[in-house]
Amino acid sequence: MKNPLDSLWGTVISGVVLTVVLYVFARNFLG
Amino acid sequence: MEHVDWVAALSRWVHFMAGIMWIGLLYYFNFVQVAALKNATADGTAAGISKHVAPRALLFFRWAAVVTWLAGAALLGPLFTDTFLLRNGMGPMGIGAWLGTIMLFNVWVLIWPNQKKILGLTPASDAEKNTARRVAFLASRTNVMLSIPMLFFMAGGWSHRALFGL
Repeated sequence: MKNPLDSLWGTVISGVVLTVVLYVFARNFLG
Repeated sequence: MEHVDWVAALSRWVHFMAGIMWIGLLYYFNFVQVAALKNATADGTAAGISKHVAPRALLFFRWAAVVTWLAGAALLGPLFTDTFLLRNGMGPMGIGAWLGTIMLFNVWVLIWPNQKKILGLTPASDAEKNTARRVAFLASRTNVMLSIPMLFFMAGGWSHRALFGL
C-alpha cells in the first residue's frame, strides 16, 4: 500500500481522521 | 494586576506568534518548497532555494518550535502537570500539548539533523543523503498530519467546552 504521507491530500485526510479518533477518545475516556 | 496574569498574557502572545512562525514555515516546506524544489531541480535552478532559502527557513523553523513550546509551558503554569497527565479537565488541551511535544521532537531529532546532511552542513555519502531525505520528508509530513488535531485540541474556546462537556 502507498504511504498516504507521500501526497498532500493523503496527509490532510490522515490528519482529519486522527482528529476524529482523538476526539472520540477525549469525549469518552477523559475526565 | 496580579503577576500571574502578566505571565499568562505575555506567554499566550509569544506562544501564538512563535506558533504561527513554526507551523507557517512547516506548511511552507510541505505545500510550497517540496514541489518547487522538484521543479527547480528539473530546470537546474534548485541551488537558489537549497543555498539561500532553505537554511534560513530552517533556522526560524526550528527555533520558533522551541520558543512555542517554552511559551506554551509558561502559559500552562501550574496546570502543566495536569495537562500532560490528561486529568482535571485538562485532557483535551493535554492531547494538543502531547501532539505539539511530539512535533518538537520530530523537528530537532528527525528533521534538523537529516536536513544538515541534505544541505551539506554535515558530511554524508550519497546513500546517507538519500536516507536522510526520506526520513526528513516523512517526519515533516507527519508533523503536518499531527498539526491538524493539535490545532483542533489547542485552539479551543467556548465552542470546545460545549463539545467536550467541560
